[in-house]
Amino acid sequence: MIYLDSAATSLLRPDCVAQAVYDAIQTMGNGSRGAYGASLGAARIIYETRLLIAALFHCSQAEQVVFTANSTEALNLAIKGIFTAGDHNITTALEHNSVLRPLYEMETQGARLTILPADAVGRIDYEAMEAAVCKDTRGIVCTHASNVTGNLLNIDRIGEICKKKGILFILDASQTAGVVPIDMGKSAIDVVCFTGHKSLLGPQGTGGLCVRSGLTIRTWKSGGSGIQTFSKIQPRVMPTQLEAGTLNAHGLAGLRAGLLYIKEKGQETICLQQNHLMQRFYKGVFDAPKVKVYGDFSSFNRAAIVSLNIGAEDSGRVSDVLSQDYAICTRPGGHCAPLMHKAFGTVQQGMVRFSFSHLNTNNEVDQAVQAVRELAEE
Amino acid sequence: MRVKEKKLVLAFATTFAAMKLEKAAKTVGFPGRLIPVPREITAGCGLAFCTELEQRSDVAGFLQENQLVVNGIYEVYI
Repeated sequence: MIYLDSAATSLLRPDCVAQAVYDAIQTMGNGSRGAYGASLGAARIIYETRLLIAALFHCSQAEQVVFTANSTEALNLAIKGIFTAGDHNITTALEHNSVLRPLYEMETQGARLTILPADAVGRIDYEAMEAAVCKDTRGIVCTHASNVTGNLLNIDRIGEICKKKGILFILDASQTAGVVPIDMGKSAIDVVCFTGHKSLLGPQGTGGLCVRSGLTIRTWKSGGSGIQTFSKIQPRVMPTQLEAGTLNAHGLAGLRAGLLYIKEKGQETICLQQNHLMQRFYKGVFDAPKVKVYGDFSSFNRAAIVSLNIGAEDSGRVSDVLSQDYAICTRPGGHCAPLMHKAFGTVQQGMVRFSFSHLNTNNEVDQAVQAVRELAEE
Repeated sequence: MRVKEKKLVLAFATTFAAMKLEKAAKTVGFPGRLIPVPREITAGCGLAFCTELEQRSDVAGFLQENQLVVNGIYEVYI
């Protein structure tokens, strides 16, 4: 099997991740619920994972790192826990439903939303973004990279706009965390939402958000915390105020292993390796007859994603043939990003998305190129 | 039960603070360990750091040098 769906989840993981989860399940108690070795072992792993996440995103205080089940949960927490009725917010057509749906939900509660359109290759206009800020604007919520095209948004530029206008910057780093550098301070980011199971190489069920010190997110759930047991309310202290209930410490142990692997290997190396594979694939298919590639390839400083169609073929059918006849795993359809497909006119057809891990090989990419070219010539 | 001894106990507001102190203690060689918070202490966190009374004079420096925050420092028979 050739796995080219790493934008969905990192099926190709270093062995240390699975080993860490196995070890955790065998040895860990409930962190912060006891003072014996197995319980403290879990608490230590959670703590160490917070430190690694804080360091990765240059989050100044590790207690501002909150763990959730995934990026969707983190984005819901940030969007619904910060914004209120009467706020105006800005987002882009590049977004995944994990950004769009919470923002639409806020609209039903009286918030207003501006969605910046994408151009013919899926880019946004930063001047239009700045011009969209009005006196009621509370924040910009956007992805770092489109999960459909792989186009990166310029987070330094967006951070500058937010800083200049005095509004919040909430970043969805689902497609870039661990590969493309993110510095909360340098890019003036107030909240970074991340998932553990994609480019951070951890297990599904892990993720979280880093919150700038001083920014309060409303508590969304109450329950066990290991602290202030006799208080009737969820403790108002980070990270506990946003983390009621037992954390997925087994998963976080795997995430920690992924983070340590990334730290040792280097984000830059990982980025170079997967971008090399993405370029190799792009160069192999972009000029094939009937093949249409979507997105901005004027620079290869982008997420390792290439989405395409072959003529008018249903993307689902192409993906199925790739799976059945070539054992190549790709993602067809709408990728939970409706506005991107509206922008490209691919609502019905969808796209076949190829996304690459640094653990893929040149040979795998060449086989995928060959498969696409064969199908295009049929 | 066993005879109690007077110990120095540091209390915390959060588990995070407890874990941060434990790591710092291990790194710099400050003696002690995490224990369930004694009932005499009405701290927020269920964990406390227990050390010997003789560490009393070194605690302030240890906390300051490692940017640690505690909820209180107590002498408790444990």
